[in-house]
Amino acid sequence: MIPQFKIVGRLLALLTLVMLSGCNLVVMSPSGDIAQQQAELIVVSTVLMLLIIVPVIFLTLFFAWRYRSSNTDAPYDPEWHHSTRLEVIIWSAPLAIIVALGAITWISTHKLDPYRPLERIDAERPVPADTKPLTVEVVALDWKWLFFYPDYGIATVNEMAAPVDVPINFKITASSVMNSFYVPALAGMIYAMPGMETKLHAVINKPGEYEGISANYSGDGFSHMRFKFHGTDQDGFDQWIARVKQNGTALNRDAYLKLEKPSAKEPVRYYANVEEGLYRTILNMCTRPGQMCMDEMMHIDMSGGAGVESHENRARLEHDNRHAGEANENEESGRPGPGATFPATGNPAKTDQPAQGVNDRTESQPQTTDHDMKDMNRDQSGAAPPQLNNNPPAQPAPQP
Amino acid sequence: MSQTHVETRGSTTDAPQFYLTEEHHPEGSTMLGFWLYLMSDCLIFAVLFATHGVLGRSYAAGPSPADLFDLPLVAINTAMLLLSSITYGFAMLQMERGAKAETLFWLGITGIFGLIFLGLELYEFAHLIHEGAGPTRSAFLSSFFTLVGTHGLHVTFGIIWLVTLMVQVGKFGLIPENRRRLMCLSMFWHFLDVVWIGVFSFVYLMGVLG
Amino acid sequence: MFGNTTLTQFLFGRLSFEAIPYHEPILVVTFIAVAIGGLGLLALITKYKLWGYLWNEWFTSVDHKKIGIMYIVLAIIMLLRGFADAIMMRVQQAIAFNGNEGYLNPHHYDQIFTAHGVIMIFFVAMPFVTGFMNYVVPLQIGARDVSFPFLNNFSFWMTTAGAVIIMMSLFVGEFARTGWLAYPPLSGADYSPGVGVDYYIWGLQVAGVGTTLSGINLVATIVKMRAPGMTFMKMPIFTWTSLCTNILIVATFPILTATLVLLTLDRYAGTNFFTNDLGGNPMMYINLIWIWGHPEVYILVLPAFGIFSEVVATFCGKRLFGYASMVYATCVIMILSYIVWLHHFFTMGSGASVNAFFGITTMIISIPTGAKIFNWLFTMYRGRIRYEVPMLWTVGFMVTFVIGGMTGVMLAVPPADFVLHNSLFLIAHFHNVIIGGVLFGLLAGVNYWFPKAFGYKLDPFWGKISFWFWQIGFFVAFMPLYVLGLMGVTRRLSQFEDSSLQIWFIIAAIGAAMIAVGIAAFIIQLIVSFLKRDQLRDDTGDPWHGRTLEWSTSSPPPDYNFAFTPVVHDHDSWYDMKNRGYKRPLQGFMQIHMPKNTGAGVILAGLSVVLAFAMIWYIWWLAIVCFLALLAVAIGHTFNYNRDFYIPAENVAATEDERTKLLAQRS
Repeated sequence: MIPQFKIVGRLLALLTLVMLSGCNLVVMSPSGDIAQQQAELIVVSTVLMLLIIVPVIFLTLFFAWRYRSSNTDAPYDPEWHHSTRLEVIIWSAPLAIIVALGAITWISTHKLDPYRPLERIDAERPVPADTKPLTVEVVALDWKWLFFYPDYGIATVNEMAAPVDVPINFKITASSVMNSFYVPALAGMIYAMPGMETKLHAVINKPGEYEGISANYSGDGFSHMRFKFHGTDQDGFDQWIARVKQNGTALNRDAYLKLEKPSAKEPVRYYANVEEGLYRTILNMCTRPGQMCMDEMMHIDMSGGAGVESHENRARLEHDNRHAGEANENEESGRPGPGATFPATGNPAKTDQPAQGVNDRTESQPQTTDHDMKDMNRDQSGAAPPQLNNNPPAQPAPQP
Repeated sequence: MSQTHVETRGSTTDAPQFYLTEEHHPEGSTMLGFWLYLMSDCLIFAVLFATHGVLGRSYAAGPSPADLFDLPLVAINTAMLLLSSITYGFAMLQMERGAKAETLFWLGITGIFGLIFLGLELYEFAHLIHEGAGPTRSAFLSSFFTLVGTHGLHVTFGIIWLVTLMVQVGKFGLIPENRRRLMCLSMFWHFLDVVWIGVFSFVYLMGVLG
Repeated sequence: MFGNTTLTQFLFGRLSFEAIPYHEPILVVTFIAVAIGGLGLLALITKYKLWGYLWNEWFTSVDHKKIGIMYIVLAIIMLLRGFADAIMMRVQQAIAFNGNEGYLNPHHYDQIFTAHGVIMIFFVAMPFVTGFMNYVVPLQIGARDVSFPFLNNFSFWMTTAGAVIIMMSLFVGEFARTGWLAYPPLSGADYSPGVGVDYYIWGLQVAGVGTTLSGINLVATIVKMRAPGMTFMKMPIFTWTSLCTNILIVATFPILTATLVLLTLDRYAGTNFFTNDLGGNPMMYINLIWIWGHPEVYILVLPAFGIFSEVVATFCGKRLFGYASMVYATCVIMILSYIVWLHHFFTMGSGASVNAFFGITTMIISIPTGAKIFNWLFTMYRGRIRYEVPMLWTVGFMVTFVIGGMTGVMLAVPPADFVLHNSLFLIAHFHNVIIGGVLFGLLAGVNYWFPKAFGYKLDPFWGKISFWFWQIGFFVAFMPLYVLGLMGVTRRLSQFEDSSLQIWFIIAAIGAAMIAVGIAAFIIQLIVSFLKRDQLRDDTGDPWHGRTLEWSTSSPPPDYNFAFTPVVHDHDSWYDMKNRGYKRPLQGFMQIHMPKNTGAGVILAGLSVVLAFAMIWYIWWLAIVCFLALLAVAIGHTFNYNRDFYIPAENVAATEDERTKLLAQRS
């Protein structure tokens, strides 16, 4: 059986060879400084552990061969089971490695904290003092990516661009379920979660077209939830901005609410101008007319709630079942269902709950009596509808 | 398992004994097993307490504990449960004496206190739901109803168990099996008391005052 | 008409003919195959009049040995289902390139990877491990049975009930499409409104009751039922790892139960624990589920470590090196496994200090694990290694597992995890430790203890075939996934655009096919061994020159395990007894006190399946009826005080005399 172990070894060696020669190991040779440092960390930790792993594998195979029962030349000591010296070694050798690796972990985790603004553009260059970072607000929708460029007043779907060597500050959220924002060539991933904002600081060093993906399963259309990330020089970036402005349409609440509905394999879209504060309302889950924003809710909660007579707030805070009323309609027209994993069984979402929620909502909004949310939205499209959540978050609690 | 009963190897006197020649009766594991169950149950409550710790202030722009809780009512409720623990203790004392009728009497009293506790809790729940502060209103209320309701469910099952045991004690007397079961229920009942003290302090008192 | 609809709805809830996937060819074929196979099996059982035998000797049995075997049979059956899912995924990923959508749409594919994970963890690895602990622990500690024999039977049937519920989802309705841990809000009522997640919840809850109770049972057994003389530091290592595993079960499964209850309430009662709105917090679910989920990994791997420890000492013909440090390592792993859970979601945006803390605690676990590897290594040193099949698995494990350990520590470095998390590198890592660690251990255990359970060895030829196909197949299947992970490919994708990836997926699919051959060889090994059982027969009860007490009794052991309770002097007590001239007692047999069989466990578990089904399909009346019936049966069972009996001394004497004759014939 020993030769067969060699087969395994040879196979491994072969695989490693193929690996080294051929394919594009983007994680190990990325184009952004953060990802580069992360790749180096992988190498360092691997090497550190190989200090233990290689001798163990070697000794295993060697002992397995040397002390085989047919080899009667090898010493046999059936009662030998303790050696303080060896025990000290087998506990302290891994400990030493882990102490080293632990120190590296502590330092690198702080240095590469995605929330920490960049201090350098790459290994040689610190961030120049006068650099203005590019801010990108990212929203993971069912199943496409929406990027806001607040500095330029534009937005795009499933495509983003950034100038090389300029720090990018990502602010990331999601509209419905959890996703993970990941451009392997640029930097490590970070979760995109509804009602919350995560942050990522990164920089791209080489021009090129890179893949961006959602790295956290989010339902039916997940496999195609990809986007192109263009790293360009400043000119190319300006041109890209100009192109978006030229070819884009307007993104207001109404357009967003349509865009937000579940769909897969969306083409790239450009928006030349964006309604003021749209990202904030997405983050606070109050884009739909009549909804209360999360920050307002939190403000009320911080000051002790809104009392017993606050029933109307409930409907204003319901977010998850916003497509429930459309479920059957969609089924009939043969389009995919609205929920992230809407079933083939064709049952409505919750049995009683959503219906009540919709009713409540309608009651709280006397301006329309239509039960169909979509029509209601359409009625109010165009100019921003008159609603509370356009006001700043410091809005006091609606006391009875 | 004294040495004299052990068959030894050969005739040498210092030879080791390798088996017992009389039946080995390991001590009963029921109490340990039941205690382990209680600890696992305790973990369920720990999760619910932790959940309440996280969500206890997420009122969703709705009512807070100060708006909702009626502390005197809860205090009466707490008293009922504490009293039931004491009366269960009396039942156990009577069981030790071997007095079947008295044991049954105190068990009955315990059950009645338990029922009053449940009744008051249900009244409180109904009142809250009537006010529009049901479990679906906010994360705070979800965790409140679940934590208190889980405790209430435990008390309900405790009462069902209590009644079953009363029937069994009545029918078969204070036989060893029934004594063991009464011990288990006793641990269960006191455990629920301890959990309730946690609920009362962390959910009600700290909710209203903190 | 309207009244009719309400009546139908009342009677059947949301269950309708549409729930039967008769329009899905794959499922229809599967169903027909399962139906024909099932009917054939039922016909055979009826023809040979085995129903009574099965019911009396197996289903209602409270004998820990039979329950242990039934657990393992369940695990092997579910392994076939879980592996079928794996093959389907591998094939899909190998062909779905360049706009080819493959043969599975996302609706199916998403169910398959969810089912694969759920089944492999909960219904293969768990029952496998529990089966070994059930079978071996009482024998190793010289006990007649576990502390609570009825509870043991009930636990087994609840686990089976959970498996039945999961399997039902194949043909009635659908399974969850959420990934094996069902993260909300995706698994909430609003984003997964169908029955899939409900199947998931109820399947796990029902099985979880069984697991928790079985954990309590085994802890109590190990603490209270050890033979005289067996102090904690004289327990066999497998018993030690079982103790730690069961403590972990008791201390973590309630967390899973509670977390799933909260998810259930969100789905059924409209509460707001994990919703986006009304103050809910989905991140809390992720924390809670991993507070259970990480110890769960050690629940699976610790018993496997125990098996390796037994196997390595036996086949090296040598005392285990560093018994005490092995015990301490096990306990340290048990405790540390509680404070590492956050490493499953470094990317959720906790602060750097929090991430670094959990990263470092994770690395610290590798120290005792490393010590264990060294202990096995130095047990081999100056041994006389017999390469029977269990030892092959052990050597294969040591080589494979350290690679998985290494990649695990890499994933524990938070910044490295940012680029490796949720990638195929992660998939390769945990399959590396779960296949290379847990599964190899379990298969070593099957080959090691099979002669104890059935009285004949497993055929070594097919065992070796199985081992080599598994071992090589594993590397061929999962090394490409490490590479793909480094190429930035993430998990749970059903279609790909970059065709340069395809070759790696094809290699992985070939590896999966090799593993399939390994599984087939294992099944053939079981059949061939059964046919050749007379050649492979072992009358000694100690075919491997074992070291622990289970080898001191006959194979298969009598119902009462030991005619006389053993007295223990050393942790390799049977080795010690053999060395010091132990003679099997031939007379003085006494009656033996034993628990009686009962059908209550089967009935309770059966009712639980119906209750779960009713809850899944919103058939409220049936749920209420089942719940009341459960309560009634449970209470009724407590009125049965007549739960034990005595095996008369003459029966014990007859059994033992037979063995004496057999042993005499041999010599």
